[in-house]
Amino acid sequence: MSNLHLLDTKDWGLEPIRKGFGRGLADAGAKNEQIVALCADLTSSTQISLFAEQFPERFVEVGIAEQNLVTVASGMAAMGKIPFTASYAAFSPGRNWEQIKTTVALNNQNVKIIGAHAGLYTGPDGATHQMLEDVAIMRVMPNMVVIVPGDSLEAYKATLAIANDPRPTYLRLARDKSPIMTTDQTPFEIGKAYIYTPGHDLTIIANGTVTSLAVQAAESLFKDAIDAEVIHSPTVKPLDEETIYKSVKKTRAVVVVEEAQRAGGLGGAVSEFLSENLPVPVVRVGVRDQYGQSGTPEQLIHHYGLSKHHIMMAAHHAVDMKK
Amino acid sequence: MTATEGKTKKFQTPRSFTDKKLSLQKLELKANDIRQDIIKSLEAAGSGHSAGPLGLADIFTALYFDILKHDPKHPDWDDRDILLLSNGHCVPVQYTAMAHAGYLPKKELLTLRSYKSRLQGHPERHALPGLENTSGPLGSGLSQGAGMALTMRMNKQSHRWVYVVMGDGELNEGNIWEAAMFANKYKLHNLIGIVDRNNIQIDGTTEHVMPLEDLRAKWESFGWHVVDVDGNNIEAVIDACSMARAIVEKPTVLIAHTIPGKGVDYMEFDHHWHGMPVGIADVAGAPPKNQQAREALHDLRSLRGKITGDHE
Ligand SMILES: [Mg+2]
Repeated sequence: MSNLHLLDTKDWGLEPIRKGFGRGLADAGAKNEQIVALCADLTSSTQISLFAEQFPERFVEVGIAEQNLVTVASGMAAMGKIPFTASYAAFSPGRNWEQIKTTVALNNQNVKIIGAHAGLYTGPDGATHQMLEDVAIMRVMPNMVVIVPGDSLEAYKATLAIANDPRPTYLRLARDKSPIMTTDQTPFEIGKAYIYTPGHDLTIIANGTVTSLAVQAAESLFKDAIDAEVIHSPTVKPLDEETIYKSVKKTRAVVVVEEAQRAGGLGGAVSEFLSENLPVPVVRVGVRDQYGQSGTPEQLIHHYGLSKHHIMMAAHHAVDMKK
Repeated sequence: MTATEGKTKKFQTPRSFTDKKLSLQKLELKANDIRQDIIKSLEAAGSGHSAGPLGLADIFTALYFDILKHDPKHPDWDDRDILLLSNGHCVPVQYTAMAHAGYLPKKELLTLRSYKSRLQGHPERHALPGLENTSGPLGSGLSQGAGMALTMRMNKQSHRWVYVVMGDGELNEGNIWEAAMFANKYKLHNLIGIVDRNNIQIDGTTEHVMPLEDLRAKWESFGWHVVDVDGNNIEAVIDACSMARAIVEKPTVLIAHTIPGKGVDYMEFDHHWHGMPVGIADVAGAPPKNQQAREALHDLRSLRGKITGDHE
């Protein structure tokens, strides 16, 4: 395994994932004049404000109108621009899925859909704003790339990478601060999954904020005599089937961890792939067909069964099923 | 010039198809031919919308044969005007007008809505060169046009225009009014909306399903310049578009009053023909299904005689 230049858990920092996107878009905008940014009245909280301040002539405020947000972007992409559209995931793609499908994905226009404030890390805003279904609904759309970065540095790199890629893309961001596990040297490529912790007994596949919990769970599992391999898979689609296959061929048991509905997300993608190619036990850790509620991210992670403890229980369950 | 460059095929500079102006009589004959071909292609398809495409034939003739700057030999020409059909279900009129302009062979019109045809039931940009967008689900075209018009301004292309054809029933969609607000904010004078005001939608008349009036006042209050025009009068449509291009401080919308099913007596004004082709069902007030196409073509040929002054 090549060196991923990851930080030891004791050296992890903390920063909201969305911050990395904001910096990434400003830097991408400096490199490529075709990049434009559109926002639906959430400029500061989506962090698109950094771009807007530096390139006001390339910033388009569409107001609270998410259907218009992506359809205007579709028109701009048709004329050669690379539009980044930002809102909360609950509204985009939550409200405008059909417009994204017809005018961006089927139309195959190079529009980037940035879903900020996704998942339980949205915290006190409650269920309406904690978008948990976005990964599932975006993943089933042909032509659409789906990326869920694990920390702010990766979000920065992912933003630069999707700016250079012609495909329609959904990029999922979290609101509250979460661990920084990577460094500037850690690689990111669209469609690549990375082995954060090597192991032999079990494969834990994770993305988003909860990748950090998966890494911590693997450390503790080692004391339970389970040698778990942690794969961070920021790209949900196209899934890095090769990396997953190689790992699971060796471990024969899988736990998937994501801060989203268990139905249809990364867990769905992994289960679909493995059931047709390498059937093994797959235990999915995520929200179980429920809506969120107000609380701190930490409280919610515990309440909905996504904590390190829950990941460890899922790991034991998966390993037990091998026998 | 390098040796390789010398060998490449000679590139013909794009030239607008509409530089050469047709007489009004020729345009009217063209619209009549397009209507006949719409009937034939819908009959071959066995499904699809009749009333809207027939009602829009004069507008599409005006657009493709007089108004738009475009070159069927270079569909991607950088200087072209853009035409978006937001109400994608009316695409038979666009396919037919495009065939008459040379984008596709006319015989291909008989493949409408069939397996592997480039003429998908609703337009798909990738299927056919010259189509500028994918549409069908209603309400999104005006926003896409606004994005294009805004980009033209960013790119300092002051000589290009975006035309967006919308249905009137389509104006029920909130997305349209989001776009209307947006175009006003950015004063997109290079965006010209054309509303096919034929007063029908699938479930009945527009005023019964979801009243649109006072439609002029609605658009005006959204900051648009509004022109009411007879959408079945080619000359009036051409004039209204010239006027729209002369309005420089705001976007313009034409409320184009059309007769649904125009040119076929038994279809005119009857909303039952909104979503139905000829030849599939007996309808009160219409000939039996196996004679519908024949009678429609007969009506249109009689009208053609009136345009040329010949009598059958
Ligand atoms: Mg109508």
